[in-house]
Amino acid sequence: MLKPSRFFTVSTLLASTLALGMNAAAARDLTVVSWGGNYQDAQRKIYFEPFSKVLGKPVLDESWDGGIGVITAKVKAGSPNWDVVQVESEELALGCADGLYEKIDWAKLGGKDLYLPAAVDDCGVGQIVWTTGLSYDADKLKTAPTSWADFWDTKKFPGKRGFRRGPKYALEFALMADGVKPAEVYDVLGTPEGVDRAFKKLDELKPNIVWWESGAQPLQLLSSGDVVMTTAYNGRITGINKTEGKNFKVVWPGSIYAVDSWVVLKDAENKDAAMDFIAFTSKAENQVKLPEYIAYGLPNKEAAAAVPAELKKDLPTSAENLEQAIPLDVDFWVDNAEALTQRFNAWLAQ
Amino acid sequence: MSIACGKRLAAFGLVAPLLLFLVLFFVWPLVTMMSNAVSDPGAGRALPQTAAALSNWDRSSPPTPEMQAALVDDLRTTQDDQLIGDLTRQLNSARSGFRTLMAKTVRTVREEQGAVDLVQVDQRWEDVSFWQAIAAATASPYTDRNLLAAIDMARSPTGEITALPASASANLAILQRTFVIAAGTTLACILIGFPYAMVAASVTGWKRQVMLAAVLLPLWTSLLVRTAAWFILLQDNGLINRLLQTLGLIDAPLALLFNRTGVIIAMTHVLLPFMVLPIFSVLIAIPTNLLPAAASLGAHPLRAFWRVLLPLSLRGVVSGSLLVFMAAIGYYITPALIGGPTDQMISSVIAFYATGTANWGMAGALGIVLLVATIALYVVYDRLSASGTERA
Amino acid sequence: MTQPYIRFDKVTKAYGDFTVVEDLYLDIAKGEFVSLLGPSGSGKTTLLMMLAGFEPPTRGAVIVDEKRIDQLPPHRRNMGVVFQSYALFPHMTVAANVAFPLEMRGVPKADRKQLVDRALDMVQLGAMADRKPSQLSGGQQQRVALARALVFEPAVVLMDEPLGALDKQLREQMQLDIRDLHKRLGLTIIFVTHDQSEALTMSDRIAVFNKGRIEQIGTPNEIYDHPTTRFVADFIGETNLLDGTIETSDASGLTLSLPGGKRIRVAAGSNEAAGKTVTVSLRPEKIRLGADAGPSSSSGNSIPATILDSVYHGDHLRMVLDAEGTRLIAKADRRFGDLQPGSKAVASFDPADCWLVRS
Repeated sequence: MLKPSRFFTVSTLLASTLALGMNAAAARDLTVVSWGGNYQDAQRKIYFEPFSKVLGKPVLDESWDGGIGVITAKVKAGSPNWDVVQVESEELALGCADGLYEKIDWAKLGGKDLYLPAAVDDCGVGQIVWTTGLSYDADKLKTAPTSWADFWDTKKFPGKRGFRRGPKYALEFALMADGVKPAEVYDVLGTPEGVDRAFKKLDELKPNIVWWESGAQPLQLLSSGDVVMTTAYNGRITGINKTEGKNFKVVWPGSIYAVDSWVVLKDAENKDAAMDFIAFTSKAENQVKLPEYIAYGLPNKEAAAAVPAELKKDLPTSAENLEQAIPLDVDFWVDNAEALTQRFNAWLAQ
Repeated sequence: MSIACGKRLAAFGLVAPLLLFLVLFFVWPLVTMMSNAVSDPGAGRALPQTAAALSNWDRSSPPTPEMQAALVDDLRTTQDDQLIGDLTRQLNSARSGFRTLMAKTVRTVREEQGAVDLVQVDQRWEDVSFWQAIAAATASPYTDRNLLAAIDMARSPTGEITALPASASANLAILQRTFVIAAGTTLACILIGFPYAMVAASVTGWKRQVMLAAVLLPLWTSLLVRTAAWFILLQDNGLINRLLQTLGLIDAPLALLFNRTGVIIAMTHVLLPFMVLPIFSVLIAIPTNLLPAAASLGAHPLRAFWRVLLPLSLRGVVSGSLLVFMAAIGYYITPALIGGPTDQMISSVIAFYATGTANWGMAGALGIVLLVATIALYVVYDRLSASGTERA
Repeated sequence: MTQPYIRFDKVTKAYGDFTVVEDLYLDIAKGEFVSLLGPSGSGKTTLLMMLAGFEPPTRGAVIVDEKRIDQLPPHRRNMGVVFQSYALFPHMTVAANVAFPLEMRGVPKADRKQLVDRALDMVQLGAMADRKPSQLSGGQQQRVALARALVFEPAVVLMDEPLGALDKQLREQMQLDIRDLHKRLGLTIIFVTHDQSEALTMSDRIAVFNKGRIEQIGTPNEIYDHPTTRFVADFIGETNLLDGTIETSDASGLTLSLPGGKRIRVAAGSNEAAGKTVTVSLRPEKIRLGADAGPSSSSGNSIPATILDSVYHGDHLRMVLDAEGTRLIAKADRRFGDLQPGSKAVASFDPADCWLVRS
């Protein structure tokens, strides 16, 4: 039998361990989570470090690979260990509906009018506008592809194509290749016939597709010549052109852009500091520095206007790039991601 | 209290931490996973009145005003956003579209007072399939929907279990492929790992240290780095193809990337230590004079290997194979980066549900299917090896 | 000896600079039981391994039945090897172990069973056929190993310290069993041991190894009674080694002067000149102890001695004596049990029992 004294020791030990854990939690500094890589390096330089000076305390930063499940798990576990997280638009919509985020105090940010409408949400503040589009190595392809129809045309452009594995973007691009106008893509995709049509179009290209998973892969595929064209994220393309002297091009017509936003996790410890941090990163004079590092569009209108012209041409938000691009339909994917992924996996397995 | 009883209690006290550890880190997650897979906890709590109103609905006639009123009432009274979130996720998994439908409906219902015509809010409320999903979710706190979906089946609106067409769901095909890839990797690990372990066991001193370190080295770097390295090596103009071409062994580059060959090569490299180490430990325990003895009795080295060394090292091969196979089943980063479209393994599907859509019910159900299949395989293996030993 | 059955012809085995066996000649006749005796590291096991084929000789030839075999792999040499730790296959039954060499030789299954049964009966283990080696005692395992090495009627049976792991009683029993088998089956056996009494009891001939060379080869009797070197005399049994200077040398022998000044007669002749220092081996049991010189004192040697120590050994007493400055060990009959340490006695021995050895 445990003697009372020993029992007491054990419980003291347990209690002190718990207390220690809580102390550690209490001491946690503002924790910001973003996408890692070059982008987070840039963010560290222009946001995290300067804000840490303003705050007078360290700002911790971590990176993640996305997924609403990660956020759900953290919030449901109670007292999440992250405060501010950069999320994609679906994660924003899903998490906001599920009550996983704190509501944004837009007054702190100078009012909603300062920002692009797509960047304004009850639960999140848009930070970047980025594009997924057709890209190719202009040094290798003599004639430049100009549309998704060209992407599908394996006679004119023999060789493999890179595609991000998953139904998102693949179905939209397939419909555009099949002649659907960019503006009507989601109307068509919203019907069962439209989905069938998209998969049928994908069937045509299936033997020539190399599927990629992480954002660095399409660049590698283009560089090695494993594919002649690929879907890719515009920021990565501009980045590799700058760092490795490549001549990769993005075809803007038919590209799909989306907004990534900051959110504050529900009941996050450093909620107030988190809001201040978001306000800091949303200020025009801070945000305008980003395109020097990475070619993402800026949601703060004043900042967007102040970007130098030679950088602007690579941004998804520049007028001519936006002209024939469409925004990602978040509602469509929030509703259909699961069912279409299941179907996509089945299609892939056939 | 008797002394014996006190002793037993003290003994229990000593093993209690271990027991606690097992329960906390082994039993509890497993039980949680399983219960997630079969329970629909959100619906009953979030929609009590709707549940009552739907209980005597025939599930085919158009939705009645009472049902609508009950749902509106429920959505007004339930203020817990996370509970509504759970409900929505569960319903959307059964019927796509609930996400936006619920978001819209909840917003409208909370803004307006009094009766709300749901069809006015969104036309989809006319569609019986949405009501069927609510009825199915609220009928019972338990569901077999996830488990059925995990093996490509579903219940029709009338309740019969039907198989989904191959174009709609491929979990079984992916599961089968998972086992095939894991088995292939295991085989490759045996073919490379056994001779490697034999050489490592036969040399001594620094040579053995170097060999063991070489096989352990991959474990010191991250899986992602190793996979990326293989990606570069296996490319059409990667090191391996260029070397083979320079040596004149092949004319055109071998397709090593984006296919199963590449996946098995990379996975074999990563998992090789789990094969080499158990075999090595068995081999060094085999008396060194058995092979000379066999030779002196007239056995050609190959026959001596076959009749003496192999049977004696089989224990190591078996435990190594189990380790490699079990580990291989759970892989998905390597197939995702190096494999082609038909090399994706079940874990990537599980990961999609777990992190991508927070549908832990589906993730749990797939996990259960994987677990059951693995246990079944193990039982078969156990039977086979047991009868094998009896014969020998 | 006519044509020898096994011949080592100028065989050398070296590992780099380290020579284990050097320029060794050894002839063994068919049906002979030869023990290779020596301390560990003396090269005896290496010689056996070269014969079995596990170690190729660095130089020289190994010839069996007029054929050179040093290039043959071990599995084609047709030699039964019994290892020190038995080397039974743990995953096979006793019967399967014994059947193994037959299986390797393609003996039909039906014949195999018969041969295995006979071999097991020969070592009195017929009842254990279906057991696994781990279920047997050490002695039984050794007998299985023996049966396995004999069942295929090999040309030669090689035994590498096969009894080393057994306790004393079992070892002696096995020694008799092996000797019996040797006689009954007319086997050629080469037996490696570091136990001199084992070699003496079992062998037709003993080759005493030291530092990669054979110091002496001969019958147990020759080796024991007439060791040619100091090493052999010392290694085989117990002996007194007396260093003395030659005073006179004549037809009947030598007269030596021991360091203490005492003169002794040695029957052996030698061409060494007077003044030279030589070594004499005198076995302890050849020394007689008495109160006086005894009847044969006129022709023999007798030295007054003081008893330093006396140890009871059951059938004899082992005495340590100080014989005028020379330390002697004697095996005394139990009749002399009344000689206590400190008392005086006379140690006498025949000149014929003093054997001149080379150092």
